[in-house]
Amino acid sequence: MVKEQTRSGRYGKFGGQYVPETLMTALIELEKAYDLAIENPEFLAEVAYYLKDFVGRETPLYFAERLTKHAGGAKIYLKREDLNHTGAHKINNTVGQALLAVRMGKKKIVAETGAGQHGVATATVCALFGLECTIFMGKEDIRRQELNVFRMELLGATVKSVDKGAGTLKDAVNEALRYWVTNVEDTHYILGSALGPHPFPEIVRDFQRVIGDETKAQILEKEGRLPDAVVACVGGGSNSIGMFYPFVEDENVKLFGVEAAGSGIATGLHSAAVAGGKEGVLHGAYMYVLQDEDGLIQEAHSISAGLDYPAIGPEHCHLHESGRAAYTSITDEGALEALQLLSQTEGIIPALESSHAVQYAVELAADMSKEEIIVVCLSGRGDKDVETVKAALGGDKS
Amino acid sequence: MTKKQITEAIQACNRRGDKAFVPYIMAGDGGIEKLRETILFLQKIGVTAIELGIPFSDPVADGPIIQEAGERALAKGVTLRLVVETVASFKDEVKVPIILMTYLNPIIQYGIEEFADDCRNSGISGLIIPDLPYEEVDLVRDALTNADIALIPLVSLTSPPERIEKITAAGEGFIYAVTVNGITGVRDGFEGQLEEHLQKLKAVSSVPVLAGFGISTTEQVELIGSFADGVIVGSAIVTALHDGDLKTVEKLVNASKNKIPTI
Repeated sequence: MVKEQTRSGRYGKFGGQYVPETLMTALIELEKAYDLAIENPEFLAEVAYYLKDFVGRETPLYFAERLTKHAGGAKIYLKREDLNHTGAHKINNTVGQALLAVRMGKKKIVAETGAGQHGVATATVCALFGLECTIFMGKEDIRRQELNVFRMELLGATVKSVDKGAGTLKDAVNEALRYWVTNVEDTHYILGSALGPHPFPEIVRDFQRVIGDETKAQILEKEGRLPDAVVACVGGGSNSIGMFYPFVEDENVKLFGVEAAGSGIATGLHSAAVAGGKEGVLHGAYMYVLQDEDGLIQEAHSISAGLDYPAIGPEHCHLHESGRAAYTSITDEGALEALQLLSQTEGIIPALESSHAVQYAVELAADMSKEEIIVVCLSGRGDKDVETVKAALGGDKS
Repeated sequence: MTKKQITEAIQACNRRGDKAFVPYIMAGDGGIEKLRETILFLQKIGVTAIELGIPFSDPVADGPIIQEAGERALAKGVTLRLVVETVASFKDEVKVPIILMTYLNPIIQYGIEEFADDCRNSGISGLIIPDLPYEEVDLVRDALTNADIALIPLVSLTSPPERIEKITAAGEGFIYAVTVNGITGVRDGFEGQLEEHLQKLKAVSSVPVLAGFGISTTEQVELIGSFADGVIVGSAIVTALHDGDLKTVEKLVNASKNKIPTI
């Protein structure tokens, strides 16, 4: 059984709770509150209500006909998470966790953000539920995602710049953890990816599995059968675990996680923790981590801020080790190509993160027959990336 | 040195009428070649034991002062392996217990058994792993027991009574009582219930209770020391050593002396 998971938050040998003692009580409290909430029909109805009427779910499963023709093989469907309120899948999780925080009587929220999508999604639900919101964001990411910073501020959040390390997502998580340790009694930490100490990977997965659950029902309705392959990008791995999880026991559905290869795995400048990492502990969990031989964590590199994290969530590590999912990678260049391709064939500008998945799906489709079906999780829209893309392409629209 | 000697050093200190004083230093801040000199200096001015911090890329339990000291050490290429080797090179001169404070990941990459053996051979007798809570200690327990190295547990203000009982029951060397909710660093005040918290800890623990995090002045050493068996001072020592201000280090250590009326 691939889905095995013990109550201590282990996925095979991965996961766990490697955090300072000061946080243990908060994690135990969170786990208890979560276990009660997730079995409570009232809570689930509340989450469903906001996902439908506030977020705009369900999101369409769209047949990308011109992209399919271009790839010249399997039919490509896009799960349109980019059409969610705030423009990405991140809000599925923040709605759930904010409602959980309210149930726990916490009035303050702290979160980290990389691309800014999780920060915006967190600031949004904090405004919605009247919670005080502090977002930590790396200095480099603030530079790359200036507009998202303004969005968060517009929504009433305080954005704190983190200039430690490379000033990216890893450093923002460190600072958010430090803030949480210091303010643990009245603050809930809304972790945005399928990472961190138990119970976070489980909570994030459960709030993101709506992606896969909807996809399954939609593809059955449209095609009368399950897809042959499901493709999603992986940084920490929240959209991908949400997409994969409902398919894990459907063994004929191949699962592909696409990591960011940055400038290329061989250059060392990438974010591909499966391809280039080793087992270790970061931010509370045992996972594959980019690190040197002394166990110092290395900086991740990717053109997409949302994939710029030097590890991959524990459940993905287990899916990799058990062989249930395959992890591959796409370079910055490949992602840029796919972003343009999807824009021009389908009129959809995807996020740079999602573009990694699109690129791999196009390559995969070419090797598959026309009767086969691929579903790609289009985790977010690309508006936030337009400036980055413009700079990378030198102003030349190819 | 054996792990029992950590407890014995603290108890001997208390019998003399003093509170234990354990300075935290960042190994390799100022260069690894300074380590011997710093340790011998601290030993000479009468510290009870020394907590030797290992620099790490992602020190989530540390405040800005120790983070920066760690960055300085990392920039000089200081690693866990180098620190263990360096301590081994002058172990015969060291008479106070040396306790390493390192995050978990460098130990995992070192190899837990190999690390424990190398520690024993370097005269290191205790270990503090700030990101290894009670739930996860099985990962290192056997290797440390075999090498006779104390795993010193942290107890926080947020730890509920049943948890405190479990943690202290397994405690070796001493109990590290975290005196604030938060990270290491300099602070003005402490929670009102700190005295009660420390006294409860002392009541249930069979090993001494040392208080740490946020203790940075001689007044705080005296005050917090009066509730515990001793104190751990980090950021203030790191700053003073970085500035070459040895007087401040001595003053902090002296504030722990003769605080128990002798009969």
